[in-house]
Amino acid sequence: MAQLAAVVGVGQTKYKTKRGDVSIAGLVREAAQNALNDAQLTWDDIDAVILGKAPDMFEGVIMPELYLTDALGCNGKPMLRVHTAGSVGGSTAIVAASYVQSGVFKRILTVSFEKQSESNAMWALSNPQPFSPHLNAGAGGYFAPIIREYMRRSNAPYDAGIKVAVKDRLHGAKNPLAHLQLPEITMKEVEDSPMLWEPLRFLEACPSSDGACAMVIANEDLAEQSPGKPAWIRGAAMRSEPTMYAGREQVNPQAGRDCAKDVYKQAGIDNPRKDLDCAEVYVPFSWYEPMWLENLGFAEEGKGWELTMSGATSLLEGGDIPWNCSGGVLSSNPIGASGMIRFAEAAQQVRGEAGDHQVDGAKTALGHAYGGGAQFYSMWVVSSEKH
Amino acid sequence: MRDVAIVAFAQSDCVRDAGARNEVELIMPVLQEVYKQTGINSAQDVDFTCSGSCDYQQGAAFAFVAGVDALGAVPPIKESHVEMDAAWALYESWLKIQMGQAESALIYGFGKSSPGELPIVLSQQLDPYYLAPLWVDTIAFAAMQARVMLEQGLITEAEMAEVVARSRQNASNNPHAQLKGDVSVDELLAEPEYESPLRRHDCCPISDGACAMIICTVEKAKEWGKPYAVIKGIDHRIETHHIGSRDLTQSISTKQAAEAAGVAQGPVDIAELYAPFSHQEIILRRALNLSDDTKVNPSGGVLAGNVMMASGLSRIGEVAMRLINGEGKRGVAHATSGPCLQQNLVTVLEAQ
Repeated sequence: MAQLAAVVGVGQTKYKTKRGDVSIAGLVREAAQNALNDAQLTWDDIDAVILGKAPDMFEGVIMPELYLTDALGCNGKPMLRVHTAGSVGGSTAIVAASYVQSGVFKRILTVSFEKQSESNAMWALSNPQPFSPHLNAGAGGYFAPIIREYMRRSNAPYDAGIKVAVKDRLHGAKNPLAHLQLPEITMKEVEDSPMLWEPLRFLEACPSSDGACAMVIANEDLAEQSPGKPAWIRGAAMRSEPTMYAGREQVNPQAGRDCAKDVYKQAGIDNPRKDLDCAEVYVPFSWYEPMWLENLGFAEEGKGWELTMSGATSLLEGGDIPWNCSGGVLSSNPIGASGMIRFAEAAQQVRGEAGDHQVDGAKTALGHAYGGGAQFYSMWVVSSEKH
Repeated sequence: MRDVAIVAFAQSDCVRDAGARNEVELIMPVLQEVYKQTGINSAQDVDFTCSGSCDYQQGAAFAFVAGVDALGAVPPIKESHVEMDAAWALYESWLKIQMGQAESALIYGFGKSSPGELPIVLSQQLDPYYLAPLWVDTIAFAAMQARVMLEQGLITEAEMAEVVARSRQNASNNPHAQLKGDVSVDELLAEPEYESPLRRHDCCPISDGACAMIICTVEKAKEWGKPYAVIKGIDHRIETHHIGSRDLTQSISTKQAAEAAGVAQGPVDIAELYAPFSHQEIILRRALNLSDDTKVNPSGGVLAGNVMMASGLSRIGEVAMRLINGEGKRGVAHATSGPCLQQNLVTVLEAQ
């Protein structure tokens, strides 16, 4: 039987295009130290370190956890490195939680990072592989046709994506750590930005960021002794499906639906829109908000854009189910950390530690990440209540 | 901790160059073999799947994604991946079983090193600011380690050659081995030095291949009605990356993992050690405090064939299969990662 576990400390770096002031080690150290400070702990209080990041080619360092051992105070301790594509930040948090939920460890540190300025993600994602068609498209080029299919099926208005791009940037302007700070952004500005991959415009795409995120996860006893408020992990789930197979539903992938169903069941959630107070969902391209609203059961199929357009997902418009109050991936995207930031921001909401982007009285929140060709999913539900 | 059963293990032949076979084609046969051993049909019949691989071997980001194609993950499955040797994928799966979220798990590791120059490729796993720009390859690091040991009188070149001779001889009974045969210590010592003091035979070969394993709760193993060995203890530790801060003549993190896994709690009949260089087997034997009664690397170990990212899991599988076959009662398996044995995982297994 799984043991109870909770997030007792969260640490993030400031996200920006280039953190030239720190090395990779300095970057992860900063997030980890912030998490320890938040939990009022020291390095000696940590039993193991679980590290996640997206492909090693993003920095050109193979298995960087080997080199980061010293920076993460891990000498003599267990170190595990997770890599599950874009979902990795979320998957890493889930694997890290299992160190505690298994009863094998009492308190662990989990860290994820990306220092995108060290390399070029577009290149790293596009080098040709033997026996496979060469896309040279990057992530936006890969997802654009799927988005067009969503628009065709749902008859969504052309500006639903624009609305998300504005909403998440206005949220991000409330989060001092967010990379993009665009408090004055308008629908027109987004619409006038250059078209990158029809229908995605420049301002409808995530930035490339440097940054790291860390969490301390503790067992029930230690979480209760923790000086801050714990975010109890009420459910955690992962699902994978192949990139391509005959008949694959790419707009509303089954792996995402199954994963959501699993995590809701664990957390006792019947109606996600009603039972959750907010959600941090991996939306790297604007249109993925309406698409994931449907995939995650917040809206009926074909109706996700209606929620978006109504302001239901906007904190500033007083929506009933705010999505990505932190500004989301559209405001900060250190790829390997982006999933963990979603998980950590969900925890901060239920701990009441989200600052200016806090949802009043948030008790239960969803953290979500996806990766690959929208084929890898990780999700958790955290709550201020233990049961 | 509850006992976890190993019910199936399969590994491909270690070959220097798998040619046009891609990763999925390397993985598929070993998956089919473990399904057959367990009496199941596919990855759909286990609760969790986890793999280990390295993008840089394939030279492409997300190399493991193609691996999912080998699984038949339709409908979607619960699946994860470590950018580590698959021995750590086993560890992640073992945690899932400990926490009660899975009763069974499929683990696989794969590596196709032939397209690149592996020792040079691996130099890029060093500190990117101070070490990687020097392009010090894995063999050069190991040679420095062997040099320190020789100069301190902790080993002799003849002892290193003995390790190799025994590996080749043991590998003669291993159909998957790449290097095998009878060679004498004198013949080996007559070979020229390669990267001094290492001779070519002191270094593991480079291999392409894959391996797979199925683990489960003891209850599930009984339900399946298959013979099994159990994992009694498993632990992994890492130590500083900075070679200059370490005593290279010993493996502190192996000692720590061995203590946590409970190696010393009983006699060890069989040990499979992931020692890519002959002198490292001696370091590991000492770190694990193995007696002369322990049969070390009966498969020939990785000096007879080394599939990067799969070899660690294969060490565990080798011990498990030998215990199931009655070759011993209690065994130890070891996996490593990083330069000069920086990170180590130790598993204690028992026959049932």
